[in-house]
Amino acid sequence: MRIATWTLAVLALAVLVLPPIVQLDQSLVDLRSAGQPPSFAHPFGTDEVGRDVLLRSVYGLRVSFLVGLVAALVSMVIGGAIGLAAGSLGGLPDRLLMRVVDGFNALPHLLFGIFIVALFAPSAAAVVVSVGVTHWTTAARIVRSEVLSLRTRPFVEAAVSGGAGRMRVVRRHLLPHLLPHLVLATVLMVPHAIWHETALSFLGLGLPPHLASLGNMINDGQRSLLTGDWWSSLVPGLFILAPTLAISVLAQRWRDRSSPRWRSELEL
Amino acid sequence: MLEASGITVRYGRQVALDDASLTIEPGVVTGLAGPSGCGKSTLARVLALMLRPRSGTLTVDGDPVLRWRQRAPRELRTRVALIYQQPRLAVDPRLTLADVIREPLTANGRPDDGRVAELAGEAGLTGDLLTRRPHEVSDGQLQRACVARALTLEPRYLICDEMTTMLDASTQAHLVRLVNAYRERTGAGVLAISHDTILLNRWADKTVDLFDPADQKQP
Repeated sequence: MRIATWTLAVLALAVLVLPPIVQLDQSLVDLRSAGQPPSFAHPFGTDEVGRDVLLRSVYGLRVSFLVGLVAALVSMVIGGAIGLAAGSLGGLPDRLLMRVVDGFNALPHLLFGIFIVALFAPSAAAVVVSVGVTHWTTAARIVRSEVLSLRTRPFVEAAVSGGAGRMRVVRRHLLPHLLPHLVLATVLMVPHAIWHETALSFLGLGLPPHLASLGNMINDGQRSLLTGDWWSSLVPGLFILAPTLAISVLAQRWRDRSSPRWRSELEL
Repeated sequence: MLEASGITVRYGRQVALDDASLTIEPGVVTGLAGPSGCGKSTLARVLALMLRPRSGTLTVDGDPVLRWRQRAPRELRTRVALIYQQPRLAVDPRLTLADVIREPLTANGRPDDGRVAELAGEAGLTGDLLTRRPHEVSDGQLQRACVARALTLEPRYLICDEMTTMLDASTQAHLVRLVNAYRERTGAGVLAISHDTILLNRWADKTVDLFDPADQKQP
C-alpha cells in the first residue's frame, strides 16, 4: 500500500514537473549518442537514435495517463448511461440493452479495439475512442445492478409514491448513490486503458511513431535488444508496469475500505 | 374507497399473497392484522401502487389502477401515501429531515417551506432537527419526519405499515394522534397495519385479519 502510494506519487510528480522544465523535441535525433548504456548524463541510457530513454519514458507516461484517464471516462459515461437506462426503465428496454452488452462482451475486445482504431489516422483521439467503445460494458453492468437494487429501496419508493417522475428519481436519488461506484470503476479502468493504449501503440496503431509513447518505445526497443541494449525496452516496460500496478492496488484498497462487505466476502 | 379485490402476489414461485381482498373507507381507520410474514406489507405496497400484483384489481375512489409505480398517473399515486415500518430505510440518507418532508412538494412543482415548517411542528420536530441528516436523529424522530412527508400532499388514503413498531410509547401515541387528527380534518381513510392487537383495538374502527377467510369473503 505504502509502496504503491509512493510509486504513484513519484511518477505523477515526474509527469507533472519534468516536461515543463526539460522540453523534448520529439523529432530530434542524436546519432553520436545512440545506444548509450545508463550513465550519469542519461540515467536510463539512450535509444538507437540517441534519444534519452528516461525523458521519453516520462513524456510517454504523461500521454498514457492522459489517454488512459480520458478513455476510462468515456467508457464510464457510455456504460453509466446505458446501465442507468437499463436499470431504471426495466422490462423490454432492460432486456434489449443487456443483450447488446452480452453481444459486446462476446467480442474479443482487443481485436475489436484494433478494428476501431484502424478506421482512423494514428492519434490519441483514435485510441480514446477505441478503448472507450470497447470497455463500457463493465460500467453498464455495475450501474444496472446498483440501480436495480436502489429502485426497490423504500426511500426510492417513497419518492415515487410522492409524485417524483423518472428523471427526478434518477437525478436526486439514483445518481448520487451511483457516483462513488462510478468513480471507483473509472479509477480501476485507468490501468487497463493504459495497457490498451500501449498495446495499440506497440502494434503501430496508436500514436504516430515519432511521438514519445511507451508502446512506441517498446516497439522501437525490440530491435535494440538484439544488440544488447536492454534498457531501451525494459525502462518503458517498467514505466507501464509500475503505475498500473500502483493504481490497481490503491483502487482495490479504496474499494475494500468503502465496502467492508466485499472485503469480508473476499476473506471468506 | 380504496378497494383491493382478489390480489395475488408471487415472488418467483413463492406466493406472498393469495386472493386477498380489502376495502378502506374514507374517514375510517381500518386495522389489518395477521402474523409476521402473512403478506401485510406486500398488500400495503400493492395498495400504494408500488407493486403490481399477479392478479386482482385495485380501484382508488372508483378509478381502476391499470399501471403501477412511475407508470401510474401522478395524480392517482399521490392519492395514497405509505408510511413504512423502518424509517431508516424509508429516507434517503443524504437528505436532511427538512428535505425529506419537502420532497413530495418539490416533486410536484410546488415547494412551500411554510407547509414544511407547519408539518414539522405538528410532527413534533424542532427547527434544529430539520437540518440534521437521518444518521443524526433517533428512529422516533425519523419516523415523525416520514409521517410528515406522507401528509404533505394531503392523500386521500394513508397506509401505516407497522408505523409504530420499535418506537417508544410516547412517540407511538404522538404519531397515532397526528394521523387521527389528519383523518378527522380531511376525512382520509387510514389502514393501520400491525400485529399488535392491543394497538389495533384502541386505534382501529374495524379490524380485518388477513388470515381469516370470513374477512376475505366480504371486501
